[in-house]
Amino acid sequence: MTSLRNVAAIVEKEWRHYFGSPIAYVSLTVWALLFGIFFYFAFSFFLRESMMAAQQMEFGGGPKMSLNELLIRPVMHNMAVVALFLAPMLTMRLFAEEKRQGTIELLATAPLTDLQIVLGKFLAAAGLYGLMILAGLVDLALIWHYASTPPEWKPVLTGALALLLFGSCFLALGVFVSTLTRNQIVAGILSFCLFLGVWTLGWADDPGAGPVMKAIAYLGVTTHMEDMVKGVVDLKDVVFYLSFIAFGLFLAHQSVQSQRWRA
Amino acid sequence: MIEVENLTKRYGRTTAVDGISFRVRKGEILGFLGPNGAGKTTTMRILTGYLPPTEGTARVAGYDVFEAPIEVKKRVGYIPETPPLYPDMEVDEFLDFCAKIKGIPGPSRKGKIDEAVDKTRVGDVRGRLIGRLSKGYRQRVGLAQAILNNPDVLILDEPTAGLDPKQIIETRELIKGLGGDHTIVLSTHILPEVSMTCGRVVIINKGKVVAEDTPENLTRRLRGAGALRVDVRGEATAAAEAVRSVPGVVSVRPRPESAGVATLEVEAEPGRDVRPDIARAVVSRGLDLLALHQVGMSLEEIFLHLTTTDAARAEAPPAAPRSAEVTA
Repeated sequence: MTSLRNVAAIVEKEWRHYFGSPIAYVSLTVWALLFGIFFYFAFSFFLRESMMAAQQMEFGGGPKMSLNELLIRPVMHNMAVVALFLAPMLTMRLFAEEKRQGTIELLATAPLTDLQIVLGKFLAAAGLYGLMILAGLVDLALIWHYASTPPEWKPVLTGALALLLFGSCFLALGVFVSTLTRNQIVAGILSFCLFLGVWTLGWADDPGAGPVMKAIAYLGVTTHMEDMVKGVVDLKDVVFYLSFIAFGLFLAHQSVQSQRWRA
Repeated sequence: MIEVENLTKRYGRTTAVDGISFRVRKGEILGFLGPNGAGKTTTMRILTGYLPPTEGTARVAGYDVFEAPIEVKKRVGYIPETPPLYPDMEVDEFLDFCAKIKGIPGPSRKGKIDEAVDKTRVGDVRGRLIGRLSKGYRQRVGLAQAILNNPDVLILDEPTAGLDPKQIIETRELIKGLGGDHTIVLSTHILPEVSMTCGRVVIINKGKVVAEDTPENLTRRLRGAGALRVDVRGEATAAAEAVRSVPGVVSVRPRPESAGVATLEVEAEPGRDVRPDIARAVVSRGLDLLALHQVGMSLEEIFLHLTTTDAARAEAPPAAPRSAEVTA
């Protein structure tokens, strides 16, 4: 009970900071804007395709068109790339700034555990990121308003979940990197490189790959998104993401504790 | 309230705190004195449960700082040398956050914040951004944060560093006012602060306790060394010569003359009262003796005496007599 309250206090403080500075507004705007742009392009593409399909129809029926498959899924994939760029912005200052300002001492001498501090900071970043995803979903709501046969909503939800889990992996790692330095720019750059590295692990997946490469590819964060964006929530993917997040937070926690011993 | 036993902290090969022990009773204000780098901050950080000690134990309010850091943190209010504040928060916002992480429950939070604000007199800046406050106000907001949950123990690391004289006096009054209810440990290298606010002093140097007593006792214990001040009307050299001729006088140091009055600092052999002889010697040379009194060592002198090494002392002779050695 107290531990929940403590975590909530940290989340609230970080949110005050996000929304008391331009960080939240800039990330929300950039996310919504890019979502809109990608949505627009995907939509134009879909329109062209459906026109062609309509022409083919006269000659005896074209392929069946799915809004989910041709419109929503590509947008989700594009937004995953945006998450790669925005995640470091959300996490880089979390610990680095506290260390630079000396306020880490305030947190460390308050009756809080290191785990509560780490969790609070992670949840604050994940919360803002969740809000960003919601802001993007507003665009998709337009389809329901105008489409004669609306798309299925379940794959949209699982796609959003995939984005959330996938981005949270970055956020958890970002929290860890932020504990390593007192300079937020350094934390930001390091986080981005690390995220990119984790991202590219998925490229090792190749039909002819051996078992080692397969294992490496399995660790790539993108690999586990595919099914979920299609609407299939496989427990092993969810478990993968949750373990990845837990591992990132574990590293962050170890780092905070070890710095106290070495301080 | 605080029991420190044989506390040692090493950072790699350097030993910051080397086997120090002391106790602080409930309601006492303890001055923690030492030159920069003596290990004051490290000791205080250990007492707050922030740093784990390498060896030895520290207990605060009956809880071991290592075994039960959360219990200790609940009972300790701490301000580091630079108060940890979020510049982009308003004072009220900041204190509300601190109250939350200190586990003050919702209903009583407002009252506790008001109380701390009143005690530290930051009422007129409650709605201002901390980043825009003057150093004095920041220090007080830091203090307000430390006393929010009415902790048993307050640990203040150089609470008056960087303040102007008026603010220093205000802060001292504030601290004195907090004593009694709270057990206070404050560190400083400003000596008058200690004699003005603290009931007891622990002097540490290079991680070791070199003296521990009340400020008065420390001064008294060194008085036996017999430092005298002699005011004579007339020329300083003549007066110095007269005093130097008295048996038992070890050294005479004339101070610059002012308005025809020469002031001499005289050091005599310990345990020998040379005052009557000095008076006779001065008068017999036809000089007017204006004043003759025994001076205790000021805390400054004791401090220098205890914390400077022999090598450093040889270069710059201390005001303190050589023979006086304080053992703690």
